[in-house]
Amino acid sequence: MALPLSYNIRNVRVRWQVTLLAISGIALVVAVFSILLSMSAGFQTALRATGRPDNALIVQRGSASELTSGIRIDDRNTILADDRIARRPDGSPMASWEWVVVMSLPKVDNGGPTNVTLRAVTPQAFEVRGGIDVVEGKKFQPGLDEVIVGRKIMGRIEGLQIGKQVKYMDKRFTVVGVFESQGGAFESEIWGDYDVMGAMFQRGAGSNSVVVRMKDASQIPALDKWIRAQPQMQLQAVAEPKYYSDQAGPLAAILKGLAAFVAFVMGVGAVFGAMNTMYAIVASRTREIGTLRALGFSRFSILSSFVMESVVLATLAGAIGLLLAMPMNGFSTGTAQTQSFSEVAFSFRLTPQILITGMVFAAAMGLLGGLLPALRAARMPITRALRDA
Amino acid sequence: MSTMVSVQEVTKVYKRGSEELKVLDSLSLDVPEGEFVALMGPSGSGKTTLLNLIAGIDQPTSGAVVVGGRNIAVLSEGELAKWRSHSVGFIFQFYNLIPVLSAVENVELPLLLTKLSKKERRERALTALKVVGLADRSSHYPRQLSGGQEQRVAIARAIVTDPQVLVADEPTGDLDAKSAEEILKLMETLNQEFKKTIVMVTHDPRAADRAHVQRHLEKGVLQLR
Ligand SMILES: Nc1ncnc2c1ncn2[C@@H]1O[C@H](COP(=O)(O)OP(=O)(O)OP(=O)(O)O)[C@@H](O)[C@H]1O
Ligand SMILES: [Mg+2]
Repeated sequence: MALPLSYNIRNVRVRWQVTLLAISGIALVVAVFSILLSMSAGFQTALRATGRPDNALIVQRGSASELTSGIRIDDRNTILADDRIARRPDGSPMASWEWVVVMSLPKVDNGGPTNVTLRAVTPQAFEVRGGIDVVEGKKFQPGLDEVIVGRKIMGRIEGLQIGKQVKYMDKRFTVVGVFESQGGAFESEIWGDYDVMGAMFQRGAGSNSVVVRMKDASQIPALDKWIRAQPQMQLQAVAEPKYYSDQAGPLAAILKGLAAFVAFVMGVGAVFGAMNTMYAIVASRTREIGTLRALGFSRFSILSSFVMESVVLATLAGAIGLLLAMPMNGFSTGTAQTQSFSEVAFSFRLTPQILITGMVFAAAMGLLGGLLPALRAARMPITRALRDA
Repeated sequence: MSTMVSVQEVTKVYKRGSEELKVLDSLSLDVPEGEFVALMGPSGSGKTTLLNLIAGIDQPTSGAVVVGGRNIAVLSEGELAKWRSHSVGFIFQFYNLIPVLSAVENVELPLLLTKLSKKERRERALTALKVVGLADRSSHYPRQLSGGQEQRVAIARAIVTDPQVLVADEPTGDLDAKSAEEILKLMETLNQEFKKTIVMVTHDPRAADRAHVQRHLEKGVLQLR
């Protein structure tokens, strides 16, 4: 029979200071680790939630974002004549052509400037893009100097409340509404009228991008192939959700890498810290271990008793760490999206997967931290352990 | 009377780096059943080493150690641990009680390695405490006991599995005269009433006088007297 559990519990209680030290170290590591992971998960969600799968986004080949893309009106008209694009009862294609620019606006927290995407759209955009809901105020009216702002950006940028005015190129636009897009990246944008802004940008009748609704989502690759075959165009068609999640790619990857790196550095530190604590605990119990073995307890039962003690402690610490990270769940923040250099707001998301990862990480730290010193103690000759002061 | 402990031509060599230290040199010793032997000798002569070999917590470099008819020098690590748990009781100079466990829990510890039920274990531990006269201290922790009381708890732990052999390494070495006297009296009782075979290492001539036989060790060799 193994050593009784009460033996571990009493030991933990008697050595509560060192135990507390080890627990808080591991809890802290797990908290930071899971917060970083939840940041990366939230960022990916923000961009993945953008767009409908049966929409194709047409942009210039080789342009990393809509900002640097350009589509001439002739090319647009050629494409919109394609049979794979959905039509309204009156025969007009379901398509939205949009201008995209970046404007610099002051942040709420420190007044510093940040880039915000300004999108000029026709009334069709609401129909084609889909999922855009004006939740406060009203839509901008075509022909007027009005804009609506995304729900997420509204709280992060100064002066975006309904009734306030934003300035772009010496022109003032009145905020008339707030919209949501089911958590997608549009909620970090400001939208205005295509004709009003197109005139202001002096870019003529083209657009940065064109979104088309497909009759059949599976036809997007075929449309893309056909567009690429047109030598005068230099364009491509990408499924809308894929386009926006690809935009997230580099930053989400960087955040993930950062999470892994920080977790590794802190994890190594914490493992050494936990190991040090366990070493100290085990070292102070060397004679006790010698006595237990002299009484007939096997190496294995002593080893498992110590390892179990540290794994249980570490798992507890992991749970505490996750509780510490919990308040961050749903917390919204923003960051510059790497491709368009404009602010994308997103929420931290503590997914079940992250919670499991955090617990496994904590248990592994406990296993390593407990196993090595316990092995040392269990392998020592009994006679030497007994002579230990 | 049969032989309980038979140490035969035992040599123990400790290696420290390239240096070899011969602590026991082809030593032989027979202890008949029911005997109370005192092992004496100068510091470093190998008394503890010999005792550890008899108790099966160390193994000889060569030779045989036969206890209760079994040569324990050839047992594996695991077999030896199992053998220790029911065949021998060890009494240490510094008691070696587990500080976080109460007196009765300390005494119960060796019984965790048996198939006894929880209730039986507790009963036996209390009986052992009664034998050493500490029934009223069963829930005390080691730090709440005097040195003499701690050693008596340790003796209760040594006898709780009812082993035939008890080994004691300077059991009175850390005690005042009065407590030492009580411990020695207790060991005499265990020898006479409970028929335990006892091998005791001691520096104290008065302690040695309690034993039936005194053997002297010098530089790893038993002296003829
Ligand atoms: N594990 C070990 N490794 C190396 N040398 C050891 C080891 N154990 C004991 N020795 C050495 O063996 C010799 C005998 O030691 P032992 O403890 O048996 O002596 P002792 O007679 O019990 O002495 P004391 O009366 O001081 O307790 C000593 O020189 C000691 O340093
Ligand atoms: Mg000694």
